[in-house]
Amino acid sequence: MENGALSQGEGKDPSGFLSEIIGNPVTVKLNSGVVYRGELQSVDGYMNIALEKTDEYVKGVKRRHYGDAFVRGNNGLMSTCEKLGVFPGSRCDLDNTSIG
Amino acid sequence: MAEAGEEVNSVSEPLDLVRLLLDEVVCVKLRGDRELKGRLHAYDSHCNLVLGDVEETIYVVEDEDDDEDIKARKKKLIHSLTISRKSEMLFVRGDSVVLIAPQSRAY
Repeated sequence: MENGALSQGEGKDPSGFLSEIIGNPVTVKLNSGVVYRGELQSVDGYMNIALEKTDEYVKGVKRRHYGDAFVRGNNGLMSTCEKLGVFPGSRCDLDNTSIG
Repeated sequence: MAEAGEEVNSVSEPLDLVRLLLDEVVCVKLRGDRELKGRLHAYDSHCNLVLGDVEETIYVVEDEDDDEDIKARKKKLIHSLTISRKSEMLFVRGDSVVLIAPQSRAY
């Protein structure tokens, strides 16, 4: 699976992974539990991230939509690239709700 | 990284997005369920911000009952229990910033 491909890569680091998935739909979860789903626009060394077409979910409920969003890196981010099939179901959600 | 000449206008690092928002009305989410809406006058790499004509909204949520999960009710609750105040000019220390987004756009 993709995971295997990742670990083969020559000394891939976490931010290397993040820059590799730029442009893909991602799920970002903050320490507060709030989840953002959108297209990853960019990442920097602080793991600040810029997202496009972002939906905000609080406790699983969609709260809001942002065209662009800057998320400060210190807020405890975890991002999954949905293209890898980690959340196939949510990928569908994303397609239905925002990208159209 | 993304230094491609094809994407001159696009965002190559996240703070570029904030740069594009200078002098625009932005929505800033802060720690502690606070939100600011105002014109972004200045920012730095810590996300310290200077905002003009700001409206601050504090969302006050009461203790939730675990079993009674009526989402709609909770939503109503969130809407009803907010505190807002306005200020002409506001400095925000970056460490409380969670998210910065343009206030409104035609999407």
